[in-house]
Amino acid sequence: MSKVIVVTSGKGGVGKTTTSANIGMGLAMRGNSVVLIDTDTGLRNLDLLLGLENRILYDLVDVTEGRVPYRKALVAHKKYEKLLLLPTSQIRDKSAINPAQLMVLCDELRKNYDYVIIDCPAGIEQGFKTAIAAADMAIVVTMPEIAAVRDADKIIGELLRSEKNDIRLIVNRIRPSMVDQGEMMNMEEIQKHLELKCIGQIPDEQSVITAANIGEPVILNQDSYAGKAYANIVGRICGEEIPFLVVPKDGLLKRLKKAFGF
Amino acid sequence: MFDSIMKIFGKKEKSGKIAGDRLRVLLVHDRANMSPEIMEKLRDDIIQVISKYMDINKKDMELSFENEDNAVALVANIPVRRMRHS
Repeated sequence: MSKVIVVTSGKGGVGKTTTSANIGMGLAMRGNSVVLIDTDTGLRNLDLLLGLENRILYDLVDVTEGRVPYRKALVAHKKYEKLLLLPTSQIRDKSAINPAQLMVLCDELRKNYDYVIIDCPAGIEQGFKTAIAAADMAIVVTMPEIAAVRDADKIIGELLRSEKNDIRLIVNRIRPSMVDQGEMMNMEEIQKHLELKCIGQIPDEQSVITAANIGEPVILNQDSYAGKAYANIVGRICGEEIPFLVVPKDGLLKRLKKAFGF
Repeated sequence: MFDSIMKIFGKKEKSGKIAGDRLRVLLVHDRANMSPEIMEKLRDDIIQVISKYMDINKKDMELSFENEDNAVALVANIPVRRMRHS
C-alpha cells in the first residue's frame, strides 16, 4: 500500500526541504521506491540538497500540463536509484499547478511507487492547498522559536479543516545546550502547545549545512546526530518504536573554547 | 505570585519560559480568531444553557477572550432581562 506524505510548516526556513530530502532518502535506503515532488514552484531547492541540479530535463509543470509523461521528468538519485526526484519549474509560479492536477499525478504514482513525498512551499495559500491535496499523512516541521511554533499551529488547524488527520510533528534545529540553560523551548513544551506527538527532534548541527553544501542529505552521514535523528524518524514513519536519541550538550572544554573565541 | 517575588529579588526569568508563556496566550487567540464558526457555536450553546435559568438579551451579548497576566480568560457579558421562576 503506497503512501503520499506532505512535508509542511507554514513558516519558511524551518527545514521543510531538508526534511523532505532526508525522509525520502531514508525510505529509499530501506529499499522503498520513493518519488520526491518539489512543489515550491519558482523557488525550487530540493534538487540542490540531493545534488541533482544538473540532471533536470523536464519539470512538474511540464507533466501537469501534459507535455511529457511523468516518467520522463523523474530524475534518479546517483547512488540510490530507487529515490526519484520530480523537480518543479524555476520559471513558473505557484498558480501553475492546482490541487486536482497534483491529485491525478499522485494517483498515478501510487500505482508504481511505495512512497510519494511532497515538499510543500511556505505559506497557506494556493501552493499549500495544492501540496496537501493528495496527502495521506502530513509532517509538520517546526523550530523551537515562537514564530515557527505559532505558524505550525496555524498549519495544523488548516490541515485538520482539510480533513488531513494523520499529522506528525518534527522539531528541527534544537540546541541542547540552550534548552539546558532554559533559554530555548524543549520538545515536550512544543508538543504540549501543538497537542501533537513529536516523531523526532533534529539538533542544530554543522553537519546539516555541510551536507547541503555537498548535495548529500545528512542521513547518509550516520556519524552525525542529525543523521541518526533522521534515520530514527524514518523508522517511526514506518511504524517502528524507536527510543529518542540523547544528544550530548557541549562539554565544558567546548564551552570554554566558545567563550574565549577559539 | 512566585513570579512577582522573583522579580523583586531581581531574578531574571529564562527566555525559554517567557516564549512558552507568550505562546500559550497567543495560540488561544489565534485559534479563536481562526474559527469564527466555533465561536458562533459556543455562543449558541451558552445562550441555550443560560436561557434555561433566565431571560437574556441575546442581541447585546458579548463573548471574547481577554488576557489576564499570563492566562487567557473567556469573558462573557450577558445582559439579563429577568430571572425565570424556578
